Amino acid sequence: MNKNILFALLAGLIFGFGLILAGMANPAKVLGFLDLAGAWDPSLAFVMGGAIAVGIVAFAIAGKRDLSLLGLPMHLPTTRQIDKRLVIGGLLFGIGWGLAGICPGPAVVLLGAGSLKGVLFLIAMLVGMAIFELLEIRRHMRHNK
Amino acid sequence: MLIDWNNFTPWASLAGGALIGLAASLLILINGRIAGISGIIGGLIKPRLHDIDWRIAFIAGLISAPLLWQLFATLPDLQVDAGYGILIIAGLIVGISTRYGSGCTSGHGVCGISRMSPRSIIATLSFMFAGFVTVFVVRHVLGV
Repeated sequence: MNKNILFALLAGLIFGFGLILAGMANPAKVLGFLDLAGAWDPSLAFVMGGAIAVGIVAFAIAGKRDLSLLGLPMHLPTTRQIDKRLVIGGLLFGIGWGLAGICPGPAVVLLGAGSLKGVLFLIAMLVGMAIFELLEIRRHMRHNK
Repeated sequence: MLIDWNNFTPWASLAGGALIGLAASLLILINGRIAGISGIIGGLIKPRLHDIDWRIAFIAGLISAPLLWQLFATLPDLQVDAGYGILIIAGLIVGISTRYGSGCTSGHGVCGISRMSPRSIIATLSFMFAGFVTVFVVRHVLGV
């Protein structure tokens, strides 16, 4: 197994442990966080705080490097434009997240935990991503006409 | 504002968050990649696939986490209250929107804010706002 794959596997594993420990993989807890007007559980703000406190250091280092520690190119986003897609995408995502309390990472963890409902959400999410690709193809074809 | 002290887990959530940050740090510093889950999965659902190996490895790690966890401890509650119909609708919306808006809680919320990217800050504010409003409407207006 090459190192690129090994470390990606390790990162995924640690990410998953983090989601479980944080309570982020528990949709009921996520909805408790999003329910400001009910009995509010602020825990998930601490998840974000903990993640960013660690991430901010790593990304500051990453931003100064041309290559990763394995000598791979740094794939940092280069888009700067704040457009309709970004905001509408964000708002729609918030609606989907608020309906079920599940975002993409936890959906994958729920699969590993053997949650049937989690698998159903995950399949629908993959179908949604495929629909997005089809819409993109159609958009490009119209542009090129 | 009423705080739900019974379910409040500041230390576990902070530690879990730090692990998420550590994973994102490893992936960017070692692999040169952003730990955005919707982007990683989205890269596997494309007409032309390339660099899929690290994506599959990362997802395999995520799936393995609850399995490995169960070898050493019992998994905490992972309670899905939404019904089947809502899960399908929510899944479809999350799938389309995270690709359309170039990211989700991990890519924009964790990695993007750590990079202090204005785009990700706007995206995160957008989905947090819509998430709060959606739960408010579902629970306190519709009373589901």
